[in-house]
Amino acid sequence: MSTIHLDDNMTQLPARRARLVLGKADCAAVTETVCAIVEQKRTPPAWYAAFAVSLAATGMFFASIGYLIFTGIGVLGNNNPAFWAWPIVNFVFWIGIGHAGTLISAILFLFRQRWRTGINRFAEAMTIFAVACAGVFPAVHVGRIWLVYWLAPYPNQMDLWPNFRSPLLWDVVAISTYGTVSLLFWYLGMIPDLATLRDRAKSWWRRSLYGLFALGWRGSAGQWHRFEWAYLLLAALATPLVLSVHSVVSFDFAVSQLPGWHSTILPPYFVAGAIFSGCAMVVTLAVPARGLFGLKSLITMRHLDNMNKLILATSMMVGYSYAIEIFIAWYGGNPYEAFAQLNRALGPYAWAYWLMIACNVLVPQLFWFRKCRVNIWLMWIIAVLVNVGMWMERFVIIAASLARDFLPSSWGMYKPTAVDVMMLVGSFGLFFTLFLLFCRFLPMVAMAEVKTVLPRDEREKSD
Amino acid sequence: MGILAEFSGPESLKAVAAELRQAGYARFEAYSPYPVHGLYEATGRRRTLLPWLVMLGGTAGCLAAILLQWWTNAVDYPYIISGKPPFSLPANVPIAFELLILFGALAAFGGVMVLCNLPEPYHPLFGCAEFRRASADAFFLSIDAADPLFDLKGTADLLRALGAASAEPYSRPQTERRVPGYVKATIALLLAAALAPPAYIAQVRFSRKSSPRLHLVLDMDFQPKYLPQQHSPLFADGRAMRPPVAGTIAAGAAIDDAHLLRGETGGQPAELFPMPVTMELMERGRREYDIFCATCHGLTGDGDGATSQVVVLEREEPKWIRPLSLHLPTVRSQPAGQLYQTIADGVRTMPSYASQIPVEDRWAIILYIRALQRSREGTLNDVPEELRKQLESIHDDATSYDDQN
Repeated sequence: MSTIHLDDNMTQLPARRARLVLGKADCAAVTETVCAIVEQKRTPPAWYAAFAVSLAATGMFFASIGYLIFTGIGVLGNNNPAFWAWPIVNFVFWIGIGHAGTLISAILFLFRQRWRTGINRFAEAMTIFAVACAGVFPAVHVGRIWLVYWLAPYPNQMDLWPNFRSPLLWDVVAISTYGTVSLLFWYLGMIPDLATLRDRAKSWWRRSLYGLFALGWRGSAGQWHRFEWAYLLLAALATPLVLSVHSVVSFDFAVSQLPGWHSTILPPYFVAGAIFSGCAMVVTLAVPARGLFGLKSLITMRHLDNMNKLILATSMMVGYSYAIEIFIAWYGGNPYEAFAQLNRALGPYAWAYWLMIACNVLVPQLFWFRKCRVNIWLMWIIAVLVNVGMWMERFVIIAASLARDFLPSSWGMYKPTAVDVMMLVGSFGLFFTLFLLFCRFLPMVAMAEVKTVLPRDEREKSD
Repeated sequence: MGILAEFSGPESLKAVAAELRQAGYARFEAYSPYPVHGLYEATGRRRTLLPWLVMLGGTAGCLAAILLQWWTNAVDYPYIISGKPPFSLPANVPIAFELLILFGALAAFGGVMVLCNLPEPYHPLFGCAEFRRASADAFFLSIDAADPLFDLKGTADLLRALGAASAEPYSRPQTERRVPGYVKATIALLLAAALAPPAYIAQVRFSRKSSPRLHLVLDMDFQPKYLPQQHSPLFADGRAMRPPVAGTIAAGAAIDDAHLLRGETGGQPAELFPMPVTMELMERGRREYDIFCATCHGLTGDGDGATSQVVVLEREEPKWIRPLSLHLPTVRSQPAGQLYQTIADGVRTMPSYASQIPVEDRWAIILYIRALQRSREGTLNDVPEELRKQLESIHDDATSYDDQN
């Protein structure tokens, strides 16, 4: 055939399809690699260390929420005029993180990108945990959280209905739809793998618990036929959904009249930024996870290389949006709009703006070089920096715009309090706690899907 | 029960499925660890209805969202936002879109559950140890004993002839593990307990209570503030209500006139009025009487006011106590001060009118009541000379009117 080693999937040859699974590539090997993580008797000490830290941060998260509820919204730094501040920054940040999971599981599925099978499961898990973190912030930020059910349209003694023409209500509907559909998609895809775990289970407990969630799946031709249709249809539904969710989130800003928010570019700009930050988070998680759990044969350098290319592409879109915002501010001739842009770059929050530009536009340019795309340490550092930059982007949009609106007499400054910081750090704790539990107890890689992308001649050698 | 046969791979499974179909078997099923394209088609079954279910779900979601927004925001509680019409479709698109996706996705998931007959906690195949490899790396085919062509030996031979590595019968185990009674009892107990909250809500919803409703979230029911007559450790005398500062008086608290304010002279109900009796006071009394007193006591003081009429004639309340006629001898003999105390403090079922009728007006009303009482004793001789004629003509008119009817 060729002189290239079989396990080199980074060299492109037109006559040969690059392998997506390295090493022994048959059904038994894939099953063994993925199930071994869940079935190992001894949990790696690194897992315990990471879990302890995450759990402590989660405790801090809920403690600060409890303090917020019992004391009142004044414990946060939100003030007049920065009414939204960090809770909404965190909310938009986490929702954005979630988008990469749906991109990988749905959009790449529709585009027949077979390499997605290695990473789609945990990218989807990441989506669900990110949406869970995101959902907490607007809920606790409303003040009287026990009245949050007023958002739901139900017949009540006040004879009132929610205003369905408010972007804030669209937001509630979009986020809850997104959470539900992501969960269904994730769970449906996991049912065959849960059945594998059930069938391999040695103890009665494992067999019963995995069996409970496997719902009695047997992998018959009829079940696979309907499963594949359902998966395709869910992907087809999730694709426009993921584009709509961050668009709706951007409406929270774009539909208002604040300079810096009131702009038609916000929906596409937000969606690109969301996928950008989500891909960075996938790399941030995939790099340590594949090393820690021995998944290097399934999540290969080729997968990471592809993710880094996605990061580069979305970074360019985000950079283009920043440039267009500035151009429109000048070309549109609105003095308030022009001031809002100047204020971002030169005003009191200029440090955040330039940090955002550096992390989101400049640093990812390193990915033009192949050496950077395949360097584990470098890609991880860049991915973390992108996450920092994307958080800064939301901070710039929200805090800098609110602090400097039309009238100088109503200008103010926003400073976070200790509770703000604890809630941000704590939300990362919740995210990593859920993610670590997922890694330990659920199949991290979609085994049944990976089996379909194995080289055909090797796949069936197993028996 | 039936026969379970193992095959080497997806291609042989497809070929065998086609052969069995040719041979006339209907109740057989092929199992693979991953989706094998063409296998389902080889079993010769119809394509799934799932896409149609999803389309139905999506359409229902979209229509439900439009209907919900139209009914709540344009009909039942019309919101006017920026002068737009109450039903403005473009602003309703986001919710309609999201619910379309949500219902479509729920239909896809629910559809695959229903069509695949999941969840299915038990299946005879779960008793086969070999079948556990079906979800990892093995390819199986099972034929149900209910198939008309099924024959324990013949079918197994056929499968072996088609290339099966093994063809063993499987069946439901003889000794089945039953769910223990205490588990069933616990589940039943939990289900019963789960009914308690809705039952309580229903009971509250459909019954009358004099005590305040159950309030889970107290909101501002309890506020950190002092109510009248409460104790306060902040002051030496322990009273939350503070007396006026020494040397000051509160507005309206200066006058202490027993006759005027309490209708007393020398500790007894006063006979006389505390102010000069004038025609002006009389007119004022008439006006106030008609406003406050006449609804019960009647415009002429006979105790037949509008309230009384309604209650007696329309409601037929047997327990109703008629307002007293002001012309009864017991009332007529009361001194003016006692009538004053009745208005100010109330008597029997009549409440105090102190909060509605100011002090001067109470005396004015008493003056008018005196006039009403006096009118019942009057004769024609009491009427001034020039008004007698007028009075007689009214009387004549009234009599002739009565005669005509």
